[in-house]
Amino acid sequence: MRLEYFQMIDRFVDVNVGERVARAICTVPMQSTVFEGHFPGYPLMPGVLLIECMAQTTGWLVSALTGFTGLPALAGVKDAKIRNAVFPGDQLELEGRVIHEGSGYAIGEAKGWCKGAAICDATLTYRIVPYPSAELRAGLWEWAERINFPAREYAK
Amino acid sequence: MSTTFDKVAEIIAETCDIPRENIKPESHAINDLEIDSLDFLDIAFAIDKAFGIKLPLEQWTQEVNDGKATTDQYFVLKNLCERIDELIAAKGA
Repeated sequence: MRLEYFQMIDRFVDVNVGERVARAICTVPMQSTVFEGHFPGYPLMPGVLLIECMAQTTGWLVSALTGFTGLPALAGVKDAKIRNAVFPGDQLELEGRVIHEGSGYAIGEAKGWCKGAAICDATLTYRIVPYPSAELRAGLWEWAERINFPAREYAK
Repeated sequence: MSTTFDKVAEIIAETCDIPRENIKPESHAINDLEIDSLDFLDIAFAIDKAFGIKLPLEQWTQEVNDGKATTDQYFVLKNLCERIDELIAAKGA
């Protein structure tokens, strides 16, 4: 996990596009400038970044379902719960499911666990928007490879 | 048996917290009810689920942007309900 770069996922461990589910893991870094402010002397993973972890896990799945024809922009977060504290060094297990593929949008449900205990969950809305540049889309393949997401397999 | 309009009006009332009595067949979702595009996604999701269809929002948006259709054709509720009924009929065909 590279918090400063918003690269939350270390690795996908299971991607089943047919079943509309993807699972990923990540480890909260021991050091980050984020923890200098959140909080001084008490480093704590911000809850909004746990939501980002869930959003990225599900977002990659949405991308695969759309054949990487558009960028899934997070547009809504509902019923988000942060159930417990997450600290530097903790490993997170994340699961994203797509429960509805609309025209130009998708709805997902995501959950996270830490040490076997449920830590966060939310319902997520994505707008599927055109990629702002060809370079951004092209850059996804390297990123996908780094986090073990089979992007090329689903790209149209 | 409730009509398509009754169901759609209930969905809009619940999703956007608009009094049910303010939602009429002649209401324009955007101009009269002031539903924004994000709230309309929630409505589309609820309509898709309730009727087992997929509102072709991307196609409608493209047609409006290209000047081939007006927003009235898709966002005045009686017209929206007609489009929904057409989609339901097409699904069963």
